[in-house]
Amino acid sequence: MNHWPFIIAAYAITIAGLAGLTLASYAAMRRAEARADAVRKSR
Amino acid sequence: MHIFANPNRFLGIARPLTPWLGWGGAVLTAIALLSGLFLTPPEQLQGESVRIMYVHVPSAWLGMGGWTGIAVASLMQLVWRHPLAAVAARAVALPGALFTAICLVTGSIWGRPTWGTWWEWDGRLTSMLVLLFLYIAYIALAGATADRAGGSRVAAIFGLVGAINIPIIKYSVDWWNTLHQTASITLTKNTIDPSILWPLPIALIGFSMLFGGIVLMRMRALLAEARIEARLKRMADA
Repeated sequence: MNHWPFIIAAYAITIAGLAGLTLASYAAMRRAEARADAVRKSR
Repeated sequence: MHIFANPNRFLGIARPLTPWLGWGGAVLTAIALLSGLFLTPPEQLQGESVRIMYVHVPSAWLGMGGWTGIAVASLMQLVWRHPLAAVAARAVALPGALFTAICLVTGSIWGRPTWGTWWEWDGRLTSMLVLLFLYIAYIALAGATADRAGGSRVAAIFGLVGAINIPIIKYSVDWWNTLHQTASITLTKNTIDPSILWPLPIALIGFSMLFGGIVLMRMRALLAEARIEARLKRMADA
């Protein structure tokens, strides 16, 4: 049995999961901090 | 830990630390995965599929480490009422769940060419699946019962009680005669050949730094949302 398709699938799922959560967390942080700054300045 | 009780002091450290953990983790993870793919030899019995170890093992350790972090933060929230403990526990839950899911999926992918099956209801696999369900339940519970910065006592108690699953996962391969092999690396022994082992510590450090970076980003988002809510409430009261 050729193992490489299994290896590629495992690495692809891991990289996609890590990249997806990292980018989503970064976007959520930037959005929340920008909103917090905007609310603070709008006093 | 009490020096971080002031969110501003915590943010003063978290802001410069976040990119270091994120980029450092990404670089180390890339080095480890490329090394695992191209620079290590196939294993005598498993063949090429041993390379899945470099993503599976760090994910398993961080899935378990994540819940241990939730349990410690829950204890700090319940006993010392640390103001950031609940935020930290909530921030750890999603990356912990992701690493647990990656561990289960990559383990299943490894199992097909190695064991001849995608899944087996053995002690290690089942207790790891229970951990994923615990994470999902914790995320739902914390989201439903906590305000943004305040902690939920119910979620904290759940975080503590759920920690009983961690030693079950750890010792499942010793307590039950399962398909999953016993621990290859302990404090006193290592059964993996050094020519195959060396990228694994790099992957563990890289994955851990990424995990830390994601947790800091999520904590910063939760704290910013708490500041917005507090400010809007003060403006409405004025």
